[in-house]
Amino acid sequence: MSDGIGARVKRKEDKRFITGKGKYTDDIRVDNQAYAAFVRSTHAHARVVNLDTSAAEAMDGVIAVLNGHQLTGDGIGNIICGWAINSKDGSPMNMGAWSALATEMVRYVGDAVAVVIADTQAQARLAAEAVEVEYEELPVVVTTPDALADGAPQIHENAPGNLIYDWEIGDQAATDTAIAGASHVTEMEITNNRLSPNPMEPRSAVAIYDEGEDHYTLYTTSQNPHVARLVLSAFYNVAPEHKLRVIAPDVGGGFGSKIYIYPEEITCLWASMKTGRSVKWTSDRSEAFITDAHGRDHISTAKMGFDAAGRILGLKVDTIANFGAYMSLFSSAVPTYLYATLLSGQYNISNIHANVRAVYTNTVPVDAYRGAGRPEACYLVERMMETAAREMGMDPAELRRINFIQEFPHETPVIMTYDTGDFDGNMDKAQAAADVAGFAARKAEAAARGKLRGIGYSAYIEACGIAPSAAVGSLGAGVGLWESAEVRVNPVGTVEILTGSHSHGQGHETTFAQIVAERFGIPIDNVQVVHGDTDKVQFGMGTYGSRSGAVGMSAIVKAMDKVEAKVKKIAAHTLEASEDDIVIEGGEVKVAGTDKSMAWHEVGLAAYLAHNLPEGMEPGLKEGAFYDPVNFTFPAGVYIAEVEVDPETGVTDIVQFTAADDFGTIINPMIVEGQVHGGIAQGVGQAMLEHAVYDEDGQLLSGSYMDYCMPRADDLPSYTLDHNTTVCPNNPLGMKGCGEAGAIGTPPAIINAITDAIGNNDLAMPATPQTVWRAIQAAKAPLAAE
Amino acid sequence: MDMTGEHRIAAPREEVWAALNDPDVLRVCIPGCQELEQTDDGRLSAVVVQKIGPVKAKFKGEVELVNVVPPESYTIQGEGKGGVAGFAKGAADVALAEEDGETVLTYSVHAQVGGKLAQLGNRLINSTSKKLANTFFDTFSDHLNGSDAPDEE
Repeated sequence: MSDGIGARVKRKEDKRFITGKGKYTDDIRVDNQAYAAFVRSTHAHARVVNLDTSAAEAMDGVIAVLNGHQLTGDGIGNIICGWAINSKDGSPMNMGAWSALATEMVRYVGDAVAVVIADTQAQARLAAEAVEVEYEELPVVVTTPDALADGAPQIHENAPGNLIYDWEIGDQAATDTAIAGASHVTEMEITNNRLSPNPMEPRSAVAIYDEGEDHYTLYTTSQNPHVARLVLSAFYNVAPEHKLRVIAPDVGGGFGSKIYIYPEEITCLWASMKTGRSVKWTSDRSEAFITDAHGRDHISTAKMGFDAAGRILGLKVDTIANFGAYMSLFSSAVPTYLYATLLSGQYNISNIHANVRAVYTNTVPVDAYRGAGRPEACYLVERMMETAAREMGMDPAELRRINFIQEFPHETPVIMTYDTGDFDGNMDKAQAAADVAGFAARKAEAAARGKLRGIGYSAYIEACGIAPSAAVGSLGAGVGLWESAEVRVNPVGTVEILTGSHSHGQGHETTFAQIVAERFGIPIDNVQVVHGDTDKVQFGMGTYGSRSGAVGMSAIVKAMDKVEAKVKKIAAHTLEASEDDIVIEGGEVKVAGTDKSMAWHEVGLAAYLAHNLPEGMEPGLKEGAFYDPVNFTFPAGVYIAEVEVDPETGVTDIVQFTAADDFGTIINPMIVEGQVHGGIAQGVGQAMLEHAVYDEDGQLLSGSYMDYCMPRADDLPSYTLDHNTTVCPNNPLGMKGCGEAGAIGTPPAIINAITDAIGNNDLAMPATPQTVWRAIQAAKAPLAAE
Repeated sequence: MDMTGEHRIAAPREEVWAALNDPDVLRVCIPGCQELEQTDDGRLSAVVVQKIGPVKAKFKGEVELVNVVPPESYTIQGEGKGGVAGFAKGAADVALAEEDGETVLTYSVHAQVGGKLAQLGNRLINSTSKKLANTFFDTFSDHLNGSDAPDEE
């Protein structure tokens, strides 16, 4: 089947996206529409002494100005973090109260203190300016180390010392002993820079309260509308689930930032009930910088011990993670179970210990951002490996090969069980594609032009397909992480796939249709993928953690299994054959080895006519399934970057970038390559350009594109991609996931290449020309002193 | 934001001091100042329109003089609120020294901005503040000299 698994089918959804026919939340127009504008704190930490809304209320078009006391008074619950992490002493994490609209205190610049509802957006914004808030300023904590300092200002009463938890994984004593006996120990301080997510479509919400039905509808920019409904209902008391419909229509990118349920959606729903008007809010870019959950922001120290042959004996890591002012929905899981569990990398390491402290600061809340914990782990491990190789005088690829895990399944000391992989194979493919053998000549040629050329590796592994529900439940997750699907075959033989996954750039409408085409032999144009509406799709856990293939498609496969079984029964009955002899091929349902067959659509029609069905069979042809994965999946690969640095200016060009990925089975290579391209671009952004910076008063300095530098086409080389395939043994299609790999594997490859070029391992992200130039000067300084 | 500066004003110290304490003079000399009134408690209330980078806002604020040592020095401190544009607040230590019948004015400013002003305009604060300070002192000198002769700078 030409549209089936492995076909480079063009994306079905792109026609509407590139012709402006997509329908996003802000495109939704409803009757009785009013608009919300939020009054936001201009201080990073302050007590709200007085809120005077009288002037705003008197302005043209203003329907209401609502505040946090009214919101909490109506029983709207605090925003919660849905993953309970206990400290190593067994005490629960210290979650501070977060009201959608602040009452007494504001804790970051951007914290909402009131909302204006008005007839037009302009009127709402104008009136928001007229709300007078009197603040009593309080001392501010911005940086991670400052948060833990003695006498640091307290951000939440129930989090003494601003500590959310002090957590550990692995065997500390064994790790200390192993490192003490090492013949070489590499030590580094590693910072993972703070990032602002920048989906092309800003967040938006349209809330509609129907008084007659006592029912709410929310259109919103969500990666997981069912999770949004669950949380809005069960924790925020907006409405019971059967009285709340959440629709996430076309969504223009998420990268994690649209997983969470933010104050704005809660407030719009509540305000719609309060005012009797439909309430719309759409973030502008300035608002997005100070309200969308930021990513990363780790500070770590690490020690890695090696024996004389270069085998890793132990890895010890101490990490502090900055959570910002409040605990966002999945914040607690990111630096623990999504980070420390990947610190074994692709390597056979017997002893690992990681200690992680999470802290509050007066900054925007921090949560999962493309990769979520795995980029932090990969960056740490891969910078350590490269640095260790240089210190020991070994080839960095060879040091990795010596330590690669060779046998699977492999249990790491940080609770993961890698199911399959071929790490040497990935390295072979990457080295061949990157022509590593020719590097010395390229370096010499660059030197002749006055450029410093460097090469850097990154052998990443990540855990995708999140996740077995019982396993994550035992680790503190407040939800199960299965996925659901329904396959409806219509009487004319066309198929609707209802999925709990949500597509916001991943191309599900195409790839999900391809697996149906593969199975039933029908064209992908006869398959409609339905997602993003809690009234249409029964349930779903949404799209994040590269789970839509390994988990979402597996649910579809399970439902297709049930459809296929019923199709075979109907065909066997109609064609008077044994069910075991029925095969589905080329759009026909046949009796194998005979010329007896039914067209696919004839079976569908037969099911709905129900004139002649097997005894006892129910009419209709639709089946649903829930799929709960048995393990994470483990995409892995090797990335090799080559850079050229101008020693006079620090300006760095990526001149070659090679990615060899093992994603297991690939449904659509073109879409997978697109995901890798985008991921690499984001990885380059983190490595060289992007940085969310606060001043000492907690004001976000990088709050617009004048100061926050996104990667552009001319920052990026043409990538060389290759694939190595080991099929995942734990899901029916053998898929591993590809959505985050690029963002995970890229930063260490880039920084390893730049540090190779300049001869200084001490280089922080983002490696801007100034940072690189300073590192070059620092490397020269000892020589100059001699 | 921290900034220091020195200006030489061709007028006796007493005269400069008096002018620095005269709301009518300050209103004329502060760039963008629309209102400046002395309130009953000795404070000054002001409305100033400023554009910093892409942010233009009307700041309403209060200013007070503390540590007043006539005619040598005072600290002028205050805070202005510009609605969603954010806020600006700060203090300036101002000192006057006599030199050859003229006055050397030195100042040291510490200021802080917040909200949209910080988010969009913070990297322009230093240069904008320098420019505003120079404009102020140019106008101030001219006012005292009763002429529109350009300042040396």
